[in-house]
Amino acid sequence: METLLSFNDRQVRIGPQHPFVVIGERINPTRRKKLLETMAAGDFSVALDDARNQIAAGAQVLDVNAGVPGADEPKLLADLTRALMQSVSAPLCFDSANPDALQAALALYTGKALINSTTGEEKMLSVVLPLAAKYHAAVIGVITGDKGVPATPEARLEVARKIVQRAADYGIPAEDIIIDCLALTVGADSNAGRVTLDTMRLVQQELGVNLSLGASNVSFGLPDRKSINAAYLALGIARGLTAAITDPTVPELRTTILACDVLMGHDEYSMRWIKSFRAAQKVAAIA
Amino acid sequence: MELESIYQNVIDGNAPAVQAGVQAALASGASADTLLQDTLIRAMQEVGRRYEIGDLYVPEMLIAARAMQAGLNVLKPLLVAGGVQAAGRVAIGTVHGDLHDIGKNLVGMMLEGAGIEVKDLGNDVPPEKFVQAAQDGAQIIAMSALLTTTMASMKKTIDALEKAGVRNKVKVIIGGAPVTSAYAKQIGADGYAPDASSASRLVKELIGA
Repeated sequence: METLLSFNDRQVRIGPQHPFVVIGERINPTRRKKLLETMAAGDFSVALDDARNQIAAGAQVLDVNAGVPGADEPKLLADLTRALMQSVSAPLCFDSANPDALQAALALYTGKALINSTTGEEKMLSVVLPLAAKYHAAVIGVITGDKGVPATPEARLEVARKIVQRAADYGIPAEDIIIDCLALTVGADSNAGRVTLDTMRLVQQELGVNLSLGASNVSFGLPDRKSINAAYLALGIARGLTAAITDPTVPELRTTILACDVLMGHDEYSMRWIKSFRAAQKVAAIA
Repeated sequence: MELESIYQNVIDGNAPAVQAGVQAALASGASADTLLQDTLIRAMQEVGRRYEIGDLYVPEMLIAARAMQAGLNVLKPLLVAGGVQAAGRVAIGTVHGDLHDIGKNLVGMMLEGAGIEVKDLGNDVPPEKFVQAAQDGAQIIAMSALLTTTMASMKKTIDALEKAGVRNKVKVIIGGAPVTSAYAKQIGADGYAPDASSASRLVKELIGA
């Protein structure tokens, strides 16, 4: 299955037959003081730097979160979207739980966006799916059900199935649903990583949809988080993960993803791998 | 000597050893209150301090808290029977729409480790439940939100406390990744803490313990 995203004439395809897609996570003011302060003041220079840096590091899609405490989120997300559309050429992923903010951004966006996200809860589905249908956007569906995050892979599969079915009710095809199997923190529950990996395999086998992951959560509270995150991405990719919301400017993650593309047959003659290696050598030589 | 090994076992997260150590200390005549203050609370203060400076990681803090809990479970009936009052009463929860509970749990553990009675309302807690806790006698309402998208529930909860006429009976404190002290001021909370140790200090400050 292939999920097509676009911005003007730029297209990005997510699917098992394509290179892994990184959705750059950095345009999110949570725990980022400078970005928060500038965005709150309507200054998008830091956000635009983040956008350019992430694209340079291999992000194909940019997550955009305007959750500045106390701000007018619909206006801020719309303004930020406008600024991004003028400066960079990558499909956007609108990250909000505020339907008015999603609506404001989707209405002015020129292309096929990604919405981050709906859960499997009816109150979310009934708000987010109509927006996706209206603006012909793809949607990330997080496997949280009406009673929270189910404990077993089988129960999580049922939430994923419900999201895909409810989307179909609104005329949204399965290829426009990307399921996030939800990486919980392994530092608080030793089984959290495993359950999510098993869920990925199951959802991929049963529904065949694309899978994404907020891939930085899993390592919270542990030392050397980069190594854990990189290993987790590789394990996920082997189970059908085709995209992740993560930070491509972290070299360890970037390298792991490129290596996975080589090993999954998505890098012909390993050209991108070699090119990236040479570029890193060059940087090292200058430094 | 015995007390020192209980203290160390809390820090090391060895729950069975803490439980056995507390029982043995009681049997040899130590008072429940002394054990609480000099081993469990002191150990959790140390754990909090090391976590704050990045010396301990989340799983280590969790097992230390579990070990503290094992000791506290032995002491609790004795403390209650002996009329020892908790240093304060806090109702804590992750706000409506938010399922992240690790930060909230760490704060709850540090508070218990500081001798405070903690009522854990869980996660995805609707404003009415916080209001109920305030009516039931909590001195402090502690709210956590991990998402920019759920922070607004904090404001809604404060509004609900106002509406129910209990806002002036409680202090409200907030925390979580996207939360700032500026936001706390903006929504009319009484305090903000960036981590579990600071939260425990903030609570003590607010209730004057």
